This record gives sequence, structure tokens and C-alpha cells, in this order.
Amino acid sequence: MRSLVATDDVRAAVDAALRGQKRDVKGLLFKGVLLLTLLISLGVLIVLLWKVVADALPVFQDRGWSFVTSNTSPLPNQAGVRQGLIGSLILILFVTLLALPLGIAAAIYLQEYARDSRLNRILIANVRNLAGVPSIVYGILGLVVFVQAFRGFTGPGGGAPGYSYISGGLTLAVLVMPIVILVTMEALRAVPQSLREGAYGVGATRWEVTRSHVLPYAAPGMLTGAILALGRAFGETAPLLLVGATLGFFANPPGQAPLDLLQGFYTALPTQIFAWAKLPQAVWGANVSAAIVVLLVTILAVNAVAIVLRNRYDRKW
Amino acid sequence: MDTLAPTRELTVDVLRGSSRRRRKERATKLVLQGASVFSLVVSVAILLAMAGQAIRWLTGIDLGWLWTSAGWSPRRNDFDILTLFVGTVMVAGIAMLVAAPLGLGAALYLSEYATPRIRRVLKPILEVLASIPSVVLGFFALTVIQPSIVVGLIGGKGAFSYLSAGIAVGILTVPLVASVSEDAMYAVPGAMREAAYGIGAKQRTVSVRVVFPAAISGIVAALILGFSRAIGETMVVAIAAGATGAAPRTFNPLEPGQTMTGAIASLAIGSDQVRGSGFAFGSLYFVALLLFILTFSLNVVSERFVRRVRKTY
Repeated sequence: MRSLVATDDVRAAVDAALRGQKRDVKGLLFKGVLLLTLLISLGVLIVLLWKVVADALPVFQDRGWSFVTSNTSPLPNQAGVRQGLIGSLILILFVTLLALPLGIAAAIYLQEYARDSRLNRILIANVRNLAGVPSIVYGILGLVVFVQAFRGFTGPGGGAPGYSYISGGLTLAVLVMPIVILVTMEALRAVPQSLREGAYGVGATRWEVTRSHVLPYAAPGMLTGAILALGRAFGETAPLLLVGATLGFFANPPGQAPLDLLQGFYTALPTQIFAWAKLPQAVWGANVSAAIVVLLVTILAVNAVAIVLRNRYDRKW
Repeated sequence: MDTLAPTRELTVDVLRGSSRRRRKERATKLVLQGASVFSLVVSVAILLAMAGQAIRWLTGIDLGWLWTSAGWSPRRNDFDILTLFVGTVMVAGIAMLVAAPLGLGAALYLSEYATPRIRRVLKPILEVLASIPSVVLGFFALTVIQPSIVVGLIGGKGAFSYLSAGIAVGILTVPLVASVSEDAMYAVPGAMREAAYGIGAKQRTVSVRVVFPAAISGIVAALILGFSRAIGETMVVAIAAGATGAAPRTFNPLEPGQTMTGAIASLAIGSDQVRGSGFAFGSLYFVALLLFILTFSLNVVSERFVRRVRKTY
């Protein structure tokens, strides 16, 4: 028997008959428009980064690292972002120490322990809604609870009682927690059920199953989510305006005890950017751009770590 | 042949395990449960904090101050809520005019047209965009969008406008709209697409007439969620919209003006008045409460739509 060999001619003819005679111009156009929407986003991103870097370049050329290592100043050519950068890092420390453990614990409960009860449904719906609450509303919470009600703890002394690192850090931690819960739950959900059942089968308790089987496999996903959440906290500005991130010039006295430092004046990189951006003199524009470069480099570096981790440990079950 | 006899009698007690293990199990569960209940405590605290202060403020003022044609000017006890509301909706509306086509287009392309390799290249655009802090976009609106687009192309005047803030908020909202609606499109079963291809449909027909309608709940959810995010966006508005309520109840996007979030920020940093004096500062709680109620309701509605998608497939 002869086998049926499709020559290129035959294939082309069959293809043409199936597709119809004409090229699908409208279809190609439609695809092009869709691609264009993505390219517009890319274009905006490129223009934004290019503009910021171009404006920031003179500052870094003139001053080099001293822009990063000097304190705020009323003189634009001396003002630096040291306090803002340190402030942001200390705030992030609060978020890491408070929001991550609490958020991960809550997520483990909601995903691994919680039965489909009324309370648990409310808890999950509540977390979702919390994640959608505008960040400035968390600032109000921080203002009323941390700054005003807990003033004795967050900053009893000083010129602006309650407006301190502690208030800012706690506010950001509360803001980031719902996000941590949601990404952790998603990472836990991706662990196949059979893994859990294997452990149950040999008599492990629920916590033993979670600790020895679920968490190790969910860890990369949880880590990625946590890092992205920290990146979000790093750039968050609005709530800090309400819990007293200092917008003007200040200096913490040298040799402060740690607690005094945490209860005293503070600022963060994004609030510093905001304060400078509000100044009317055009000379500050270059400083704003330079500070934005510092902020974006930090955030993008952190996110890059998250993406690398995800690609490295991503596995399909 | 030896029988496998149990070494000791098997009772319920043996199966239950040691009491130490059970105690540990109970304690762990309690700790984890406590953490999850904490999120509920936060919600209640937010609501009580705002509502308490807002009511205290409302009982102190003359309610007529909330509805005045003089606009929003806390220093002069003019608290026209409608001015803020119109400004807020205008900024969010402009934002959606930007975010809806860009977000949905990107989602449809990524879900229906992009090969896995192209997806891996293009998807990070949206991820990077999502990681840009809003304060940066605010500065971008002030220094690029306003002078080159609003003033240069459309003929606006001055340094601030609702339009430039709205466009920037829209750019910020694109990744959210794209990711939520792409999830919905991705969830449309392949069988539906194949059925359409089977009767000779083109790819465009499948995208527009099959996938889009099937994912419509998720798309609507994405748009509502985007609108809610746009309403709550603060920094862009505080930097680029002008942060003054000088133009009461204006519908002109080329004018500078105030929004709900912008008003809160202005009050917080004291550019509207000295902290703690008079009625001005307290209005912040009232505006925040309205903002919370508005975004919360939108989020609940969008959650409904999302759940409808999950139920269907």
C-alpha cells in the first residue's frame, strides 16, 4: 500500500481551503491593537524610568554617594536621603518582625485548619476586604490607635508625642498583614492534597503534617509573596503622612538610646520624596528624581530577588 | 507460622497518641487561630476608630457646613462633601478610561494570543509597573503628564489638574485590572474555545464572542476593583491634582482640585491648617469614613462577581 505523502503544495492547498482565501486582516489588526495596549504600558514605564534617571544623573555626578549618605537640609545641594533610607529600613524591620509571622500564622490557620464554618468564612472575606482598603485609611487607624491611644508607649516625650517609628512601623505592619495572609494562603493551596494525606496516613497530627510536609513545599511561594509584600511596604507613603513621618528637616541627637530613637522623630524615603516634590523651587526636582532612583533601585532589586526565587523553585505538581 | 500479634492491647487511648502531642497540637491551633482572629480585630478597630471620631466631629459642627457652594476649605469651615465627591469620581473615572482599555487589552492578549515564551517576556512589564510606588507616579504626573500632555496637547493651564492625576492613577491601576481579568479569561475552559474553532471561528471571534462573554463576571469585577483602587489612591492626587478645593463642584478635568484622599492627606500634613485647632482636623475622620464605606461597598460587589465566575466553571 502506498502511504499518503503530503507535499508542501498539497499542504498549502489544504491549509488555504480551510482558512479561506483571504488573509484575516481584521484579525491581525485586532491582535496588533491588543499588543499595542501592552506596549503602551511598556512605553510609559520606559519614559518614566528614563526621565527619572536623566534628571537624577547630574545629582549623582556632582555628589556621588554623598547624596545617599547625607542628612536632610534646607539647601537642595546638600540635602540627602540618609535619614529616609534608614527610616524606611527600620519601618521594614517592624513589618518583617510583626506582619510576616502573624500573617503566615493566620494563613496557616485559614488554609489548613479552618473548617467551612460561618466564622471562618467571615474571617476570609474580612481579610480580602482588608487587602482592598485604601492605604490612607490604615493611616487613620494608626493615628487614632497607635499615635493617640497608645501614646505612652509609642512616644511619650519629644515635640510630637506619639508620632514615632513605633507608630509608623505598627501601622505599616497592620497594612501589609492582609496581603501576607492572601499570598501565603495561595502558596499553601498549591500544595497537593496527596502530600498531606500521605502524612496523615502514618499518624501525624495536623500541625506535624503542616510543619513537616506542607510548609517546606509552600516555602518558596510564601517567600516570594512575603518579599513582594515588603516591597509594597517600602514604597508606601500615604499612611505615614498620618502617623507623623517628618516632612521637614530634623536631626536625631547623636548617641540616642535605641528606645528613644524609636520613640522619636523619623522619616521614610517615600515621604521624603513627597515632601521635596511639594516644594515649589524647581531645583528640588533633580533631588526628587535622585531619591526616586534610590527608592526604585531598592524596590526593583528586592522584587528581582523574589522573581529569581520563584523561577528557581517553581515546580509543577 | 507466626501470627503478627499486637504487642499490647489496642485501645482508643493508644490510637489517640500521647497527651503531650495532643497538648502541643491544641496549643498550636490556638495560636494560629488567634493570629487569624487578629485580622478581624483590625477591621473592627479601623471602623470604631473612624466612626467614633467622625461622629464626635459631626456632633460638633453645624451640619450645613457639609453642603455649601463655597467648596472644600476646612480653614473657613466649608466642608462641602459634594466638591470632594465630584473630584474623586472624576479622577477615578479618568483613571478607568486609561486603565480599562490598557488593562483588558493586555489581559486578552496575554490570555489568548501570547505564546508561553512571549508571555514570559511581556508579563513582567505589568509586574514592574505594579511595583512602582504611587508617590513616583505622582511626581511623573506633575513633571511629565501635566506639562507635556495636559498643557501641551489638550490646552490646560497651570501646574496641577484632575486630568493629569487621573491619567497617572489610571497607569497605576492597569496591572490590577489586567491581572484580575486575565485570571477570569484564563479560567474559561479550553473546550469552549475548541468548540468555536471546530465550527470554523477565527481567533478574533473566539476572543471577542466566546472568551470575553464567558469571563464577563471576572472582567466586571476587575473594573470595579480598579475603580475602588483609583478612588483610594492618595499620593498621586496629593502631588498632582493641586490639593485645593478652590473650585467648588467643578466638572472640568483641566482644573486643579481636591479629592477625598487628597483632602485627608492635606489635613494630615497640615497644609490646610495648624494641627489640632478648630474643626478642620476632625473632618479628616469623617472623610476617611466615607472613603472606607465607598471602597468597602465596591469591594464587596466585586467579590460577588468573582465568586460567580468560580461557581460557573
